[in-house]
Amino acid sequence: MFKWLDPYAKPQTLFNLLGRWQRVLMPLGWLLLAIGTVWGLGFTPPDYQQGDSYRIIHIHVPAAIWSMGAYSSMAIAAFIALVWQIKVAQWAIGAMAPIGAVFTAIALWTGAAWGEPMWGTWWVWDARLTSELILLFLYLGVIALQNAFSEQATGDKAAAVLALVGVVNLPIIHYSVEWWNTLHQGATITKFAKPSIDPSMLWPLLICIVALGVLFGALVCQRLRTSILRHEQHRPWVRQWAQEQA
Amino acid sequence: MGSVYLQTLRRDFRLMTRQKSDWLNPLMFFLIVLTLFPLGIGAKPNLLREIAPGIIWIAALLSVLLGSERLFRQDYKDGVLEQLVAARAPLFPYVLAKISASWCASGLPLLLMSPLMALLLGLDSKAYWAMVGTLIIGTPLLSLLSALGAALTLSAEKGGILLALVILPLYIPLLIFASAAVEQAGFGLGYSAQLAVLGAMLCVALAGVPFAVQHALKLNVG
Amino acid sequence: MSNFAFNSMAEFWAMGGYGFYVWLSFGLSLVALLLLWWTGRQGEKHFRSQLTQRLSREARVRAHQQQSSSVQESADESTS
Repeated sequence: MFKWLDPYAKPQTLFNLLGRWQRVLMPLGWLLLAIGTVWGLGFTPPDYQQGDSYRIIHIHVPAAIWSMGAYSSMAIAAFIALVWQIKVAQWAIGAMAPIGAVFTAIALWTGAAWGEPMWGTWWVWDARLTSELILLFLYLGVIALQNAFSEQATGDKAAAVLALVGVVNLPIIHYSVEWWNTLHQGATITKFAKPSIDPSMLWPLLICIVALGVLFGALVCQRLRTSILRHEQHRPWVRQWAQEQA
Repeated sequence: MGSVYLQTLRRDFRLMTRQKSDWLNPLMFFLIVLTLFPLGIGAKPNLLREIAPGIIWIAALLSVLLGSERLFRQDYKDGVLEQLVAARAPLFPYVLAKISASWCASGLPLLLMSPLMALLLGLDSKAYWAMVGTLIIGTPLLSLLSALGAALTLSAEKGGILLALVILPLYIPLLIFASAAVEQAGFGLGYSAQLAVLGAMLCVALAGVPFAVQHALKLNVG
Repeated sequence: MSNFAFNSMAEFWAMGGYGFYVWLSFGLSLVALLLLWWTGRQGEKHFRSQLTQRLSREARVRAHQQQSSSVQESADESTS
């Protein structure tokens, strides 16, 4: 495990690698998002029950999935940071938290805009919505904790511990649908064997999910690169990089 | 290991008898918050009985949170923690002792005050016993989580409000299940499922939180 | 890919009466994503300009020190 991680743990190597990934992932993510949303908005038949309002699904579901995916990746990074004491993993938490928070906010917001025409209310205190809101609070807590210390290294480590503790919340989010039987409709595509969604509607949704995932990766690369530079700014390789840039 | 636990516990109890305001103030805060709700909503017995579980648990969360900020602060300021870490002494019994002491200072008094809460908010006997059950299982969980928050924010600049921001989201599942249990009991329904979930959460927290606290203390001191 | 689901562009914008909600959610999501991307880019740019400023300042200080020390040396030579 450590052997596999080792090259990625070296900030300079990772910095160059991230730059290469970002150059591929960023355009790919935006392109896929454009394809998915245009397809989903214009070229799928309307839902027989919900009419055209269901098209919100193409941004709502991917954002909800990746809000949790971002938290899981943050927790994995926290685990790596705490167990193997790899600094880059700590910095990755700081790079992922704002992105995850925005994804969560998007999921909440689009959910509200979908709920208003469908359920007749912007907000219901239903389990899944509430858990998503808690997830947003967890993100905000991680961000606040990370920035609260005069010593940045302490903040990074504390945020790692909090991210790992908060990951206990993720299963609660996931299983809350089954625990509490409320207004929220069941998950749409968790059962891949027998999806309750028509294939012609499924493809743009899948593309959007992949797009937001790719975009998440690209944005993390972007932020992590800056974070690496900031933490390593007194190293010779950063000076060299700056001179090459100028 | 046992001796460190007992020593820390004894020292904390001695400190508690000397600095009574440390644990009395959160309790007074709890009572005042309980009083504020009827004043704000109006003295409608039925409405109060209906929302009593939520009120009691929110007030409990806030009062424990208020008290927990001081949990490690003094030991951090006067260098006890630094000595413990520098001496490579086992932090684990120290953490356990701190959490036990903080439960005795915040959770136990809440439990003892529960008849008073029942009187103030007009709970019937079924709801009262449910509340006692949730308090027995829930307050240790509160103490564990707030110890974690206190340890994480120990050397942070904006201690107080940050602690609330970090730890309140973690309280939410506890709040949901505890007040649901009291509510169910108020309707005359069974609430063992909620108590079981609370018990499961307590077990998970007992297994994991002391280690996290230990780690958080080390990184704040080191 | 199936055909365009709407008969006209006006129908497309109306979204079967749900236009407000659909465009509100998509618009705000797009703005949020673009903001994420933009702030990330701004962060890197900001840091880079800070770094080059610091490096050029260090270079200037070093040049000045060398210059003043050489002036000092020549002054020493003239007095001796």
